[in-house]
Amino acid sequence: MIDINNKGNSSSDLREVTRALLQEHENVAPRTTVLSCLLEVQENLHYVPEEAIVEVAKYTGHSINDVWGVASFYTNFRFTPPPQHMVEVCWGPTCHLLGAMDVLVAIQSKLGLEGEGDVPDGVIGLKYNTCLGACSQGPVISVDEKITGAVTVETALSVLEETLNPS
Amino acid sequence: MTEAYKNLRSRADEIWADLHDPETVWVRIGTTICGRSINALGVVETFRAELARRGIKSVVSEVGCLGLCYAEPLVDIRTAGVGRVLLGPVDVDAVSGVVDNVIVNGNVNVPNVIGSFEKTIEGVPMMSEVPGWSNQHRIALRNVGQIDPGDSFQYIANEGYAALDVALSEKTPEEVLTEVRSSGLRGRGGAFFSTGTKWGFLVPSPGPEKYILCNCEEGDPGAYNDKGILEGDPNTVIEGLLLAGFATGASNGIIFIRHGHDGPISRTKEAIRQAYELGLVGKNILGTDYSFDIEVSLVGESYVSGEETALMEAVEGKTARPRSRPPFPAAVGVWGKPSNINNVKTLSYVPEIVRRGGEWFNDIGVNLSKGTAILCLSGHINRRGMYEVELGMTLQEVMDEIGGGVPGGRQIKMLQTGGPLGGLLSADKMDTVLDFEAMRAAGAILGSGGIIYGDDSTCAVDLTRLLIAFCQFESCGKCFPCRLGMTHLLDMIERIRGGEGQQEDLDLMRRYGESMQAGSLCGHGQLGFNPVQSAFRDFMGDFLVHINENRCPTGSCSQYAANPMRTRPGPEATAFITDPYLRN
Ligand SMILES: Cc1cc2nc3c(=O)[nH]c(=O)nc-3n(C[C@H](O)[C@H](O)[C@H](O)COP(=O)(O)O)c2cc1C
Ligand code: SF4
Ligand code: FES
Repeated sequence: MIDINNKGNSSSDLREVTRALLQEHENVAPRTTVLSCLLEVQENLHYVPEEAIVEVAKYTGHSINDVWGVASFYTNFRFTPPPQHMVEVCWGPTCHLLGAMDVLVAIQSKLGLEGEGDVPDGVIGLKYNTCLGACSQGPVISVDEKITGAVTVETALSVLEETLNPS
Repeated sequence: MTEAYKNLRSRADEIWADLHDPETVWVRIGTTICGRSINALGVVETFRAELARRGIKSVVSEVGCLGLCYAEPLVDIRTAGVGRVLLGPVDVDAVSGVVDNVIVNGNVNVPNVIGSFEKTIEGVPMMSEVPGWSNQHRIALRNVGQIDPGDSFQYIANEGYAALDVALSEKTPEEVLTEVRSSGLRGRGGAFFSTGTKWGFLVPSPGPEKYILCNCEEGDPGAYNDKGILEGDPNTVIEGLLLAGFATGASNGIIFIRHGHDGPISRTKEAIRQAYELGLVGKNILGTDYSFDIEVSLVGESYVSGEETALMEAVEGKTARPRSRPPFPAAVGVWGKPSNINNVKTLSYVPEIVRRGGEWFNDIGVNLSKGTAILCLSGHINRRGMYEVELGMTLQEVMDEIGGGVPGGRQIKMLQTGGPLGGLLSADKMDTVLDFEAMRAAGAILGSGGIIYGDDSTCAVDLTRLLIAFCQFESCGKCFPCRLGMTHLLDMIERIRGGEGQQEDLDLMRRYGESMQAGSLCGHGQLGFNPVQSAFRDFMGDFLVHINENRCPTGSCSQYAANPMRTRPGPEATAFITDPYLRN
């Protein structure tokens, strides 16, 4: 398997990995589409490299433009290798009313970020989310896909600290 | 009753009886998204360890959320001694004490007890008297939180698939359709369109390949009931799909879920796998000649993919942009085949309607709004959670009797209902009843059932700006009144929020809104002006303070210069593409 944190993966590796993923996908999925293939790549590599776009196009018999069109429409796809950790902050209306902005601003200032994005050394990235689905426990954040609800500035920062420097 | 169902039922009854064996302690812990966000999985693990350490024969099940999210992690314990009791919040540190008190010593008088389901216990309220629980009428949510969604036999033991069995062995498709028609059931995906009528459109469409789609996109922030049902009781949705397929002569069902919601996705896939194994889905269901296949289809992040024709595009793997109608889905739907779309909640009612009869359902509710509303209460409200109440309750009753009022002694100022396209409603209109028509007359929509409460610290301009930022970002871009209209609305409201707005902006916004309502292809653009329109109607004062006095009446807007906005991949995201053909 490919090491997703190793950004030195060669183009041919990525093509091969994508082909293997698509083969596996075909074996379990009732049907495959451009979108389902892209989701499969994103799920496993945590991003969609250029090579995967080409492979998905070949595999599904669509043009590269078609595949790129689908990939750029849905906002969960990213196209550059992911950081080691990913924090998502919900800014949906419920979380907003319960203080999500304080949490967001505190996280941004801790990471030295102004909007969404990755810190320069690629250790962690920040993403906004419109609703993480646990509104009854707002404000909600998610770190490496683990959701934490009812956060305050303090608890959010300590979850982050624990992720970056596990005790 | 079919022979096949009789066999399933007797196996299910055995499994259910084992769980209620006097020697066994059954612990049910809600571990859906809301519970997991406050470490319910840690509580499960600790319970298992503590019970094993004491050598107590027990089953610890991960169940859906009973809906009392404010008291999560929720722990439901059943022992021969105390019967069935509910406790919460029980965090990891409290587990050992709960095991000693409730399970070992049979003492339920502990501080975090909520109520007793079965036995009268001195000093402990009966659940049938606990506010927020007692005034519910649970139909679609009847099993959520009560059974292990990972074991389909527990669903079967609770009358599960009985409606399917009756339909297949005693009824014709027309009779099933008649029950749904006479129930008065209307779709819970937002438009409240009559379900029986919609199914009726599909009946004459030519087969054999016809689709029933189940919509669990659930992009509305503030609503989590679709995910709550799929994660807590996926079988009721599967049975609803099977009955819809039977009534309309369809061949396939597709459950459509947003990628990333792993709980609902894995629960649904597992339930489908078990249903195939038990002969409840697939070829010759329950040994009859009815066949129906069900699959799960995932979609990327996109709010508009919840719109019925955009959803079909997404199922086909394309960008989720709505199609123009006609042709309507009942003629040309997914893969060009006749299709019908229903929301998760709508389908969840169907098994009970078919089992108990359309008349039974028709007696519940008010006016033309039959049955119940599945509400998600969040924001400035004490008892945040997911509740199912009879339609006809007033918003005031929902807030006080279900939600337990506003925390911190503050005053309620506004309600945000029905998702971002629903808009704001002033607290003056709390005597409005939960009824689709009455809500619309008051200028709000019931929609997906999310109600977000804002107290007097909430600024209407700030919240409207957030809703418009959402709608602007989520516009699929296919038609310009929506694409450009949303962007201009956002620009203007940002100006107002930043203290640079002018009186003329209000009129300009109205004009944009009218063009959007008139000229947009789908509901997103047609309803996308609702947040502004409703805020103008009920909270003009907040806008005027921003414009005339250059300040925010509650201070929420001045606190931070800008609010977040999501971004779509810009040119920098594609800069890596070196192949000129690919960049095209
Ligand atoms: C922009 C937009 C988003 C929608 N999102 C959803 C959704 O997330 N879930 C849903 O069930 N219906 C959604 N709908 C409504 C669907 O188009 C459709 O009416 C509904 O799924 C039909 O089911 P019902 O008849 O059971 O209500 C959306 C509509 C629009 C215009
Ligand atoms: S109204 Fe908006 S969301 Fe709907 S098709 Fe037009 S641009 Fe897309
Ligand atoms: S609004 Fe934040 S989790 Fe739903």
